[in-house]
Amino acid sequence: MLVSLNWLKQYVDIDHLAPQDLAEKITRSGIEVDAVIDRSQGMTNVVVGYVVSKEKHPDADKLNVCQVEVGEGDVRQIICGAPNVAAGQKVIVALPGARLPGGVKIKKAKMRGQESNGMICSLQELGIEGRVVPKDYADGIYVLPEDAVPGSDALELIGLRDTVLELGLTPNRSDALSMLGVAYEVAAILSQEVNLPEIQYNTTSEKAEDYIQVRVEAKENPLYAAKVVKNVKIAQSPLWLQHYLMAAGVRPHNNVVDITNYILMEYGQPLHAFDYDALKTNEIVVRLAKEGEKIITLDDQERTLKAHNLVITNGEEPVAIAGVMGGANSEVTSDTTTVVIEAAYFEGFSVRRTSKELGLRSDSSARFEKGVDPNRVLLAAERAAQLLQELAGGEVLEGTVAVDDLDKTPARVVVSPDFINARLGMKISLEDMLEILNRLKFDVEAANGFLIIDVPTRRQDIKIEEDIVEEIARLYGYDEIPMTLPVNYEQVGGLTSYQAKRRIARNVMEGAGLYQAVTYSLTSEELAQKFAFKAEATTKLLMPMSEERSILRQSLIPHLVETASYNVARKADSVALYEVGSVFLGQTAEELPYEEEHIALVISGKWVDNAWQGEKLTVDFFVAKGIVESLFEKLGLTERVTYEKATVEGLHPGQTAAILLDGEKVGLIGGLHPAERKKYDLKETFVAEINLQAILEAEVEEIVYKPIPRFPAITRDIALVLDRSTPAGEISEIIRKAGTKLLKDVKVFDVYEGDKMEADKKSVAFSLTYFNPERTLTDEEVVNAHEKVLKALAEAGAEVR
Amino acid sequence: MEQQLKQLEQEALAKIQAASNLKELNDVRVAYLGKKGPITDLLKGMGKLSPEERPKMGALVNAVRENVTAQLEEKAAVLEEQAIQEQLEKESIDVTLPGRKVRQGNRHPLTRVIEEIEDLFISMGYEIAEGPEVEKDYYNFEALNLPKGHPARDMQDTFYITEEILLRTHTSPVQARTMLAKKGEPFRIICPGKVFRRDNDDATHSHQFMQIEGLVVGEDIRMSDLKGTLDALAKKMFGAEREIRLRPSFFPFTEPSVEVDVSCHKCGGSGCNVCKHTGWIEILGGGMVHPNVLEMGGYDSKKFSGFAFGIGAERIAMLKYGVDDIRHFYTNDNRFLAQFHRTEGV
Ligand SMILES: [Zn+2]
Repeated sequence: MLVSLNWLKQYVDIDHLAPQDLAEKITRSGIEVDAVIDRSQGMTNVVVGYVVSKEKHPDADKLNVCQVEVGEGDVRQIICGAPNVAAGQKVIVALPGARLPGGVKIKKAKMRGQESNGMICSLQELGIEGRVVPKDYADGIYVLPEDAVPGSDALELIGLRDTVLELGLTPNRSDALSMLGVAYEVAAILSQEVNLPEIQYNTTSEKAEDYIQVRVEAKENPLYAAKVVKNVKIAQSPLWLQHYLMAAGVRPHNNVVDITNYILMEYGQPLHAFDYDALKTNEIVVRLAKEGEKIITLDDQERTLKAHNLVITNGEEPVAIAGVMGGANSEVTSDTTTVVIEAAYFEGFSVRRTSKELGLRSDSSARFEKGVDPNRVLLAAERAAQLLQELAGGEVLEGTVAVDDLDKTPARVVVSPDFINARLGMKISLEDMLEILNRLKFDVEAANGFLIIDVPTRRQDIKIEEDIVEEIARLYGYDEIPMTLPVNYEQVGGLTSYQAKRRIARNVMEGAGLYQAVTYSLTSEELAQKFAFKAEATTKLLMPMSEERSILRQSLIPHLVETASYNVARKADSVALYEVGSVFLGQTAEELPYEEEHIALVISGKWVDNAWQGEKLTVDFFVAKGIVESLFEKLGLTERVTYEKATVEGLHPGQTAAILLDGEKVGLIGGLHPAERKKYDLKETFVAEINLQAILEAEVEEIVYKPIPRFPAITRDIALVLDRSTPAGEISEIIRKAGTKLLKDVKVFDVYEGDKMEADKKSVAFSLTYFNPERTLTDEEVVNAHEKVLKALAEAGAEVR
Repeated sequence: MEQQLKQLEQEALAKIQAASNLKELNDVRVAYLGKKGPITDLLKGMGKLSPEERPKMGALVNAVRENVTAQLEEKAAVLEEQAIQEQLEKESIDVTLPGRKVRQGNRHPLTRVIEEIEDLFISMGYEIAEGPEVEKDYYNFEALNLPKGHPARDMQDTFYITEEILLRTHTSPVQARTMLAKKGEPFRIICPGKVFRRDNDDATHSHQFMQIEGLVVGEDIRMSDLKGTLDALAKKMFGAEREIRLRPSFFPFTEPSVEVDVSCHKCGGSGCNVCKHTGWIEILGGGMVHPNVLEMGGYDSKKFSGFAFGIGAERIAMLKYGVDDIRHFYTNDNRFLAQFHRTEGV
């Protein structure tokens, strides 16, 4: 909402305040002023000129040499290229030395040999937006009325000595979508009165009802009123009205249309003017459209309607889409003599749906959508009659033809001052509360410890006690609210076990050298299930903004790989990232997907690079696995986790493992397939993803202290020749199981494949630790235990070297 | 014989002085004091002396022996010290060369901001509540006083999955779910999480972002409690000297509603580019929970009241760290992430 202060002054006294100060007060008490716009933009030396003569420039086809009087006896030659300049016009002249918006400086100049002492201006050159400049002057200079005095201040005349406040209105404050609404707000802030327009006009002896009948056949239209005005003279509106409209961001057309727009801005009540003769019938019927019914709207577009769209008809065909836009067939033109003014209340939901469906948002629909003031509908019709008489020479027919079922009673709110103070944590006196409600012009009475308030219908946002709490608080001043903390109830705060463990999981990743990444949950169809170790029905957007972000992911790996690729493309020689995020599984038409929190990592390029010591290590499978193992170790799950060879599309078939917790698959780990690496322009790259929920929610035993061993342990090494394809993990398991309870630990300490081995064979060396917490082991005990291990290995076909 | 003894002593002392390492010194010791050394020989020859001379001579031999021993020890100490010095010299390194790097990662700046806020509220007795990112229209809108067709739904453009299922546009549905789960008991929660809006990604907009909402419901919750709580938050995130101010605003789920400005941490309130020369920066919105929301959550709005607020983690991080483009948070450039490595004064 753009509020011209010159206009606002018609209703409320703001003269004692600088615009900036007024804006600050408005903002602090409830409506945000987004901008304070000085319409003069610091312009000077812009005056009224009279074009005494106009001649073609001798050396330039498109230029004219004009003699322009810019003050008593002060005639200057000005070159003007505008097509519409003519002798006898009053125009706006920027004299040499003038500064115009956009840093333009006017100087004396020669144009193709002819001297020019200034510039004849268009409105755009004076900083007015092209879209609000009247069509007649859109492509040329602006022409002033004949009574303009040469040499006088042109900015004053065209209303640019004004400040406009741009209000950023929240949806509840539709009352401020009108000058009067803003006036009430400002009056409340400044403790002022509001001067309402006085409505007076004469009527003819003819009756409106003899010209038109109104019938309403839809509940979406509880009030429809029509006034008829004869013998209007279609012309330009007076300058002040045009410039108020332009300041409000509305383009002037002709007096009739401008009057409806003026009242729309003044009262917040949209009006529509029909050409009475073009209506062809003498009735107006409001009804729902027929499915597929068509109308050509004022913008010359043919619109196809649906059965729930509300239309105004002449009893036969639509002449307007209710509250949204008029029809071309009944438009007011320069030939119009009799107009029908429509003032109506259309239900917000209906207008909202229709304007959305048709993609037609207008100043009218915006107001209807939010609910206009029921008590201003008829008032606006009266105001229109008055202005059509004053400004268009119209003769107003007696009476208003109306169908009126609209409830206009104010909302009653009963609230106790104690409740208000309890909600605010304040001690505002009853007197202060009453004073504030009076400033708001609310009808209030204090009785039996309650405030009984009848809220004017212009404030449709105020319905309940809490709304009154807000009104009192905002006008009393939010700065006056003290600062306290909540008291009086018992709750021990803290993280849940899951949340605490998730922080620990992050710590492990970061301790291992990984940066946390956050990537998008929305992805493309192609990546949604890529690398997912649990692919289920996906969750797709109804109307994605792009294919790239159209579906929710089921694996975190694709975006991590993309991020690795992004960083490598920017010369990062080492990438180590992890992410914690949800994957979305098993969407159905009715039910939400199952959201499972995962943790994933990607490592690529160098891992260790201690250059001067000559220590370098590139990432490999076991670096990734080591990180994953650290996580399980920290969570106390090491003994319960196993790894088995797996195949996952996009991963290296020989370097991929499934991760199992208690035998259940909870994740995967693997090297990126060479083909994928090529696609993403990556060197050795390894990824892992684990169902974080599964591993954080796994029950673990509490820590119970075990005595520190007092007896020495004994180690025995075994070197085995195995098939290349035999997993060392399996052999470890065999050893573990066979080794009796004296065997405390089994470690791989050497793996060898190569020249000294047969092809398809490898040598793996294990170190076994035997230990008895009770006493020192005897040789015999160790030998016995070890024999069992060797026997089990022999049975499994493992050959001792 | 006495003469001979003096000479031996002189010889031994000279050799001790001449020894240049511990081995040479040991040779001297063996040569003079050893079982086959001349001093031992002299002692053995004492039997030939008269009984009067014997004690005198014995004392003399012992004195020489002690003197040589003492000199040997003294020299040994010097040589050991020298040996250590040599070793130290040999083992000296250039301590200015870089150390062996221990890889360290760190939290994403958004997580950092969220955890900082979580920890503050935990210290004030809050729990952390979480909920699904794909939500029902009911929890995201209707339970928050935003029925279908409500004009305020325009404030948030929504990604729909079906007519009834959507990507949550705020973490408020967690509030609605928590109220139902707490079954009429008072509580305080913080709800951090990812939210989604139909926005084209640019320097200031992101279709996905992180929100942190707070909700307190109890029997005597006042607007002054909201103000005090947000003041604590502003001071925690932007420094102890910060002040806040509330401005009236509108949200369908709160009444009264507020927007909260914090005094500019860059200029201290005198005006700069960060605060657009106003001295204040808008950081969050909140208000007193709307009675409709309380009722839908199963709380008697006559008996219970509450406050709620919502804050964007990106906005806080951008202000706090001076980040100028919201897309940085989702691009995960190494050179960006690495800047949030170190700890700050807390
Ligand atoms: Zn500042």
